[in-house]
Amino acid sequence: MAHQWGMVIDLDRCTGCEACVVACHAENNISTVGEDQAGRGRAKHWIRVERYYEGEFPDVKTKFMPVLCQQCDAAPCEPVCPTFASYHTIEGLNGQVYNRCIGTRYCANACPYNVRFFNFYNPVWDKPLNLQLNPDVSLREVGVMEKCTFCVQRIKASEIHASAEKREVKDGEIQPACVQSCPTKAMVFGDLSDPQSEVARLARSNRATKLLAEVGTLPKVTYLQRDSWHAGEDS
Amino acid sequence: MPAKTPEQINQDLLRPLGGASAKYLAALAFFAAIVVAAMCAFVWQAYQGIGVSGLRRPVFWGFYITNFVFWIGLSHAGTLISAILRLANATWRRPVTRCAEVITVFALSIGATFPVIHLGRPWLAFWLIPYPTERGLWPNIRSPLLWDFFAINTYLLGSVTFLLLPIIPDMALIRDRATGLRKKIYSVVALGWRGTPKQWHRLESAMQIMAVAVIPVAVSVHSIVSWDFAMAPVPMWHSTIFAPYFVAGAIFSGIAALIIAMALLRKFLHLEEYLLRVHFENLGKLLLVMSLLWFYFVFAERLTAWYGNEPSEMTVFWVTQTGSFSPLFWLMVVCNFVVPFPILAIKKFRTITGTVIASIGVVIGMWLERFLIIVPSLSHKYLPYSWGTYRPTWVEITITAGTFAGMALLYMLFAKTVPIISIWELKAGQHTLTVHEPSLAHAAEEGAD
Repeated sequence: MAHQWGMVIDLDRCTGCEACVVACHAENNISTVGEDQAGRGRAKHWIRVERYYEGEFPDVKTKFMPVLCQQCDAAPCEPVCPTFASYHTIEGLNGQVYNRCIGTRYCANACPYNVRFFNFYNPVWDKPLNLQLNPDVSLREVGVMEKCTFCVQRIKASEIHASAEKREVKDGEIQPACVQSCPTKAMVFGDLSDPQSEVARLARSNRATKLLAEVGTLPKVTYLQRDSWHAGEDS
Repeated sequence: MPAKTPEQINQDLLRPLGGASAKYLAALAFFAAIVVAAMCAFVWQAYQGIGVSGLRRPVFWGFYITNFVFWIGLSHAGTLISAILRLANATWRRPVTRCAEVITVFALSIGATFPVIHLGRPWLAFWLIPYPTERGLWPNIRSPLLWDFFAINTYLLGSVTFLLLPIIPDMALIRDRATGLRKKIYSVVALGWRGTPKQWHRLESAMQIMAVAVIPVAVSVHSIVSWDFAMAPVPMWHSTIFAPYFVAGAIFSGIAALIIAMALLRKFLHLEEYLLRVHFENLGKLLLVMSLLWFYFVFAERLTAWYGNEPSEMTVFWVTQTGSFSPLFWLMVVCNFVVPFPILAIKKFRTITGTVIASIGVVIGMWLERFLIIVPSLSHKYLPYSWGTYRPTWVEITITAGTFAGMALLYMLFAKTVPIISIWELKAGQHTLTVHEPSLAHAAEEGAD
């Protein structure tokens, strides 16, 4: 059976440092759009750290929640694309083929997580940022949609490397940029189809929840968090 | 003057085809200038990127898709209404059908440009066409946008045929009376019409077939447009009521557009003796029914959402009922129901002026309805962290203005080249008018009002 790549994010470990956001920008050649355009809602962050507040002042608790493409098994973004730019890969990823995209933006509207980003203008990199572009990741031109790929370039590289050595990909061998950069190891990536993998084991935890599970998208990202109902009793 | 002689009808209805007055040319230039401005705005957007519009994350659809749904809705004026009236053999339809069918063809053509205008890469729009390519890829038949592509093209083809069929005998009439270059042009478009019994028989059969065929096509088009929204799991979009709701709304705005167009034609082409108060009254009654139906649909949609009390739906619900979009929502209710209902329900107000005022309200209200379906849902979709709002820029406003000017421009040009009232159908109706419909004949006597 093909790999089914998935991720677990432990919200009890996340400190909201946004290292994952920076790493993602660097790895995936995501251009920044500048203050003015960001204010107009054109910023592109394939992963973002959402902040929510619990309680009344002064007893306020901040909760951080990194949100990236959930690589849904029943992804609403896929069937709506008229040109197969968004499609389901055999390894369960929500692929996005930039060259097929004509920019209807229907996928972004259909996505309940708002994790799809549109290139409202052609991307630009201020010098010397243009010198640090990742050669393994294609650039996206104006008018196309883009989103988190689970660092598919790293997945492919590891798979090719493993097959050259005539072995299977080892658990934990592949690390997307966000997972690699997380200082508290709040994120774990791996193969959900292997029940022994760490990500599969954590996804079975009784702290496991899915984001917007009620929409029925069957996301492959699992969030771990203590039930806030019991949070007070534990501490 | 209970009924006009055929020669009088010829004279009255062929008169507008003559030369153009200075006023006409000035109006033409005015509308053309707006259309050119809109084209420039589109080229600017294609060159710079969609960023020049007000679109943003998470409101990826705004004015363009609003206009798309609005114009496709408006297109239900003609073909559907005219087909139903033809099949029901409503005698009073005769002066109304053609100006209705023209609205369909033009509104549909204008509406169909928006899916291209709004694209991030409009130069690749042809990728929706299923043809074997070097890319080795067919379009995705699961996408409602592809259903749109087929539905709109089918409807456009159908309504153009439906418009052109009954034009043929009138073209022949003009051909026979014209000289020089005009004669040559009209000879071509008259398609060799000689008026033999066989030709008349074929025309009548073709009209019957088209009238029956075009009704399900019209219903399917707006159902499919509604499914652009209803298929996505977006709060207040994902609803089974959307298809009939959109079809009803489309007919509603279509009748309103027809009444406005008829009033303008009546005034500017001096058709007071052809487009009578009874026509406005009858269409006004239809508009009244649709206004009630619209109110019922909105009520049913809102009630089920409110009673279900699903948190993500309720967010959008309250943002339109009492939140930031509420002024637009209540303006829509005023335009679509509060204003038209008393005007159209009370016989004393159901005059030409009254129905036109009601219709202007409905056209504004229905545009707002399309906007309020699209933007509040997208701007308040699930996770509150990424909510956002939307404000159009001059690019969207110019392009929107351009489509209204484009409609006026196309309509003016059409009325100069083709009799806007079907001459042969009117003549065919003259006999029945005097014998079977004395009330209509009486109304004709009264002339203007």
